[in-house]
Amino acid sequence: MDVIVCVKHVPETAEAEIKIDSSGKSIEKAGLVFDINEWDDYALEEAVRIKEKFGGTVTAITVGSEEAESTLRKCLARGADQAIRVDGKAFEGSDGYATAKILHRAIKDMHFDIILTGMQAGDDGYAVVGPVLAEMLGIPHATMIKKIELGEGVAKVNRELEGGLEEKVEVKLPALFTVQTGINEPRYVSIMGIRKAMKKEIKVLGLADIGLTENDVGEAGSWIKIEKLFIPPVEKQAEFIKGSPEEVAAKIAEIIKAKGLV
Amino acid sequence: MREIFVLTEHRRGQIRDVTFEMLTKGRELAEETNTELTAVLLGKDVKEYAKTLSEYANRVLVVEDTKLENFNSEAYQKVLANLINERKPLLTMMGHTSYGVELAPSLATALNLPLATDCIDLTFENETFFVTRQMYGGKVNVRAVVRKSESYIATVRPATFQPQKPESMNGEITEIASPLTEEITEKRFIEYVLPPPGGVDITAADVLVGIGRGIKDEKNLPMMEELAKALGGVLACSRPIIDKGWLPSDRQVGTSGKTVKPKLYIAVGISGAFQHVLGMKNSDLIIAINKDPNAPIFSFADYGVVDDLFKIVPQLKEKIYELKGQKA
Ligand SMILES: Cc1cc2nc3c(=O)[nH]c(=O)nc-3n(C[C@H](O)[C@H](O)[C@H](O)COP(=O)(O)OP(=O)(O)OC[C@H]3O[C@@H](n4cnc5c(N)ncnc54)[C@H](O)[C@@H]3O)c2cc1C
Ligand SMILES: Nc1ncnc2c1ncn2[C@@H]1O[C@H](COP(=O)(O)O)[C@@H](O)[C@H]1O
Repeated sequence: MDVIVCVKHVPETAEAEIKIDSSGKSIEKAGLVFDINEWDDYALEEAVRIKEKFGGTVTAITVGSEEAESTLRKCLARGADQAIRVDGKAFEGSDGYATAKILHRAIKDMHFDIILTGMQAGDDGYAVVGPVLAEMLGIPHATMIKKIELGEGVAKVNRELEGGLEEKVEVKLPALFTVQTGINEPRYVSIMGIRKAMKKEIKVLGLADIGLTENDVGEAGSWIKIEKLFIPPVEKQAEFIKGSPEEVAAKIAEIIKAKGLV
Repeated sequence: MREIFVLTEHRRGQIRDVTFEMLTKGRELAEETNTELTAVLLGKDVKEYAKTLSEYANRVLVVEDTKLENFNSEAYQKVLANLINERKPLLTMMGHTSYGVELAPSLATALNLPLATDCIDLTFENETFFVTRQMYGGKVNVRAVVRKSESYIATVRPATFQPQKPESMNGEITEIASPLTEEITEKRFIEYVLPPPGGVDITAADVLVGIGRGIKDEKNLPMMEELAKALGGVLACSRPIIDKGWLPSDRQVGTSGKTVKPKLYIAVGISGAFQHVLGMKNSDLIIAINKDPNAPIFSFADYGVVDDLFKIVPQLKEKIYELKGQKA
């Protein structure tokens, strides 16, 4: 089984303070820590497990600048055999659709049985790249996958539905699956893995290598164009309880008591 | 007259709420753009739904086929592509749900129509289509303009628009012959997989201590467990806690977990992503403890504490026992 995994290098923002930059169209990236997109971490692990069970190769691919190489190195350290980075100045402003176009051109002549992507990217959250890429490649896809069982020419996959429900679907291979968190437990990287990964070459492709023009990518080649970012308006704000931890705890306890809950 | 399509989402014998939310927003958009609202209904033996939908839309287009019995994006895409090509709706809306996420991007690609996903607002201004959506787990909103097109597709975030039944709507119901002449070969629905029967029913608890990624390590679970015990409640959690296997899946609150409405929900180290919030925002009293003053959870909580949870939680446990006149 040859598996291609699409990975994105994204900023970790859950605990960071976010500031909109002067262009108004992007956030200030300085000071943010970047890592592999959470969903892609699970996708990569699933790819490596498929390789371990059935043999074959794992290729990690990203559309991103040089900084994204740390995410590719992480993939190599965790068991990917090769890594590809597609980069170009014209890519800036690409939405999920334009990104899928770029990935399509980079992947279409490669051999694969399965392509894995994350269900969504934690930064833009489009949840489109996987299915768009599948449609461009002319292969079936299934999204939000919680389980993959491979058979002869087919895969049985569990798709997550709402409220804890799943559906089991059979999909013909080659196919693309978008992976949901919790499908597996991503492994830690071994020191040996890291050492080996440092030595591996990362293949870099540009706009011309993949046969696209500037109009196909960036804002020009996108479905949607960001006009402005803004901090979500707060309709309601919690009443903040201040003081030392002990004072705060005492106040909360009083509030809970006033409600008759203790 | 041109139309706005709303794709009906239904599963296991029920029309899903997001359908009525979209029909409500769709009606507003139809008025704004001088178009008609059309509910699109695909399925098998679904005519009874058509009656309900006709109370919300100018028209219900029904396509029945055994191949449409359960959602299958391959089959749905073929039928919808036909309808969109023939009727050229200004906009086709579907839920940003498991179904919409599977269907919309490949449909849009196949038809070469622009798609905007997970929209929390949609407007047409001077014949330009604008959407509002979120980035960075809900910390930032984006207003975006959609590439000019004759027809658009959008997926709409569930529970964003308040469903409202119009006063006098009695849409016509039109049956359309299924275009699915060939077999659906690439994807086959096998079965629904129900969650394993759980041990603890978090929907029945009066007090829930909801823990999130902020607790950092599995070894901190006992501390949280003790707080829950002091309050006579049980532990619930956000998704990452389940994904890491720290608690069984029946403890998950949110769109892919359970919807809870306890008398008290204490959110500890939970950022407040909408998928979590949808599962707990109707709790009677919500208290959030988070070290990030900008965490979205604070817009849903009644009381907030901006501090390190590891300092607050042990103290809180003590104070609760003090009030109860018991020793911890
Ligand atoms: C299709 C889909 C379905 C989903 N369904 C669900 C669902 O049902 N339920 C759900 O919960 N999520 C769901 N999610 C995931 C959701 O989008 C969020 O990723 C998730 O809710 C985040 O969990 P969290 O708040 O625990 O973690 P994070 O977002 O990482 O937040 C951790 C918080 O802890 C705080 N923190 C860290 N350390 C401390 C400390 N020492 N003291 C105090 N605070 C601290 C941080 O400031 C941060 O706000 C779903 C996602 C998708 C795509
Ligand atoms: N720049 C990128 N490079 C490689 N893969 C990407 C990129 N952007 C998105 N993807 C893949 O597509 C998935 C969904 O992203 P999105 O559609 O942007 O939410 C991600 O989880 C990745 O697997």
